[in-house]
Amino acid sequence: MSLGPDDVKKIAHLARLGINESDIEGYADSLSSILGLVEDMNTVNTDDVLPMAHPQDVSQRLRVDEVTESNQREKFQAIAPLTEDGLYLVPQVIE
Amino acid sequence: MEWETVIGLEIHAQLATKSKIFSSASTAYGAEPNTQACAVDLGLPGVLPVVNTEVIHMAAKFGLATNSTVAKRSVFDRKNYFYPDLPKGYQISQLELPIVHDGKLDIELEDGTKKTIGITRAHLEEDAGKSLHEDFHGMTGIDLNRAGTPLLEIVSEPDIRSAKEAVAYMKKIHSLVQYLEICDGNMAEGSFRCDANVSVRPKGQEAFGTRAEIKNINSFRFVERAINHEVERQIDVIEGGGKVVQETRLYDADKDETRSMRSKEEANDYRYFPDPDLLPVIIDDAYIENARKALPELPDARRQRFINELGISDYDAGILTASRELANFYETVVSDTSDAKLAANWVIGDFSARLNKEDLAISQSPVSAETLAGMLKRIEDNTISGKIAKEVFDAMWKGEGDADSVIENKGLKQITDDSAIETMIDEIIANSPNQLEQYRAGKDKLFGYFVGQVMKVSQGKANPAQVNDILKKKLNG
Repeated sequence: MSLGPDDVKKIAHLARLGINESDIEGYADSLSSILGLVEDMNTVNTDDVLPMAHPQDVSQRLRVDEVTESNQREKFQAIAPLTEDGLYLVPQVIE
Repeated sequence: MEWETVIGLEIHAQLATKSKIFSSASTAYGAEPNTQACAVDLGLPGVLPVVNTEVIHMAAKFGLATNSTVAKRSVFDRKNYFYPDLPKGYQISQLELPIVHDGKLDIELEDGTKKTIGITRAHLEEDAGKSLHEDFHGMTGIDLNRAGTPLLEIVSEPDIRSAKEAVAYMKKIHSLVQYLEICDGNMAEGSFRCDANVSVRPKGQEAFGTRAEIKNINSFRFVERAINHEVERQIDVIEGGGKVVQETRLYDADKDETRSMRSKEEANDYRYFPDPDLLPVIIDDAYIENARKALPELPDARRQRFINELGISDYDAGILTASRELANFYETVVSDTSDAKLAANWVIGDFSARLNKEDLAISQSPVSAETLAGMLKRIEDNTISGKIAKEVFDAMWKGEGDADSVIENKGLKQITDDSAIETMIDEIIANSPNQLEQYRAGKDKLFGYFVGQVMKVSQGKANPAQVNDILKKKLNG
């Protein structure tokens, strides 16, 4: 399977990445070769193998339901470009 | 053409934990903006989400209560999309391996019809923050306190065939999650909300029509109206020669209509994949058995027990067990009195009506279960009649003391002395020669006149049964 320029544009848009038109062909080749590797792996018979959800074969530790975090709004908002009344301000998303 | 409606509901129940699903920040409602959003909730670099043990326990209880399979291995996935109130650029959810799947729930309609609705799955996920679109100089304000709040998304099979069934199903889930104490059910605060997938098809056709999804319905009244409206809209579109488009619509309660939401570009390309920050959640049989032991008596079982042990009607038992609070209240009343039917009438009738009228929760009632039981005992032992009891109840509600002191202070004790009642009746009969003549000539209706006179003279305090007996004897005598 190989990816064309339109696939690359779509993937970049979904990831909100700005890319140069001139780089698209190179990206398409690189991404396609990754898919090629996956295709090679696909030829291995894995009928009896349960798909792993994580590279490490261990299970999730669970946390006690306790509130231990305190309010650090000032620290967090010190690095935000814009805040007002305790809110983070962002460009309007709904017309 | 005759149309059939097909509905599937997705209910989001906010789990009643103290801390968030993946962080130790508080989930308390109503805090100052962003004071309960920690580094994990903000998606700052280098943080690691850790699953709250309580959400697994709560989901397992829900699964067991709905005859579902509780998965021994469940996996968290990333659902990727961009929105400012989703700081990480993805929502942690469960796609392929949800914690709960393949369950069912029996519902009952107002007319008594029963039906089973399949539950496809219930999965755990984190809530997003809130966007405030009021004018911040043309900007949008973001409050991330809600980000990371645990949600259980309960997805039904497309088994629902009318808006009324949808309401019955939603109410049953609402009652159940509160019985299980896994969700506070507060719809005004958004703790319990629902999306409805609605489509129509010609009656008899097997294939589903194209569906529209109605988002964020937060009341039982709206779910019924929104679905009915959407069904009409779709039928109009099809009968007008058009086609229903698969889209997301928003219900506007003020205008009573659904309207298309500006479709998010590439909206359905979420590119789910297992979250590498989280490991599979593994639970064993012992864990599931412990969760089963933690289950309270569920509404249907409790209803059956009320019928069997207390001898009240199926209908009354259904109303009393619809909410755990009401059922608890009723049981406290009954434990202190001997007439379960009388208690049911009062709890369903005057007590509930008064709460509704004043928009109070049971916990806010000025009349406690013990106080109400104290009054019912006075009806049972004939100290007061059912009619006088309404006056006593009203006084108790206004904080004028318990039944005994109200009866004492207002002099409401019932007159049960035969001779006292006889004296009253003799006097009334003597003063009503015309009515007596007509009654004896066959005008039976006048019996009520005499009862009314006795009640008037006794200020409602004469025991009604005794009044009836003695009157009959005297009038016919």
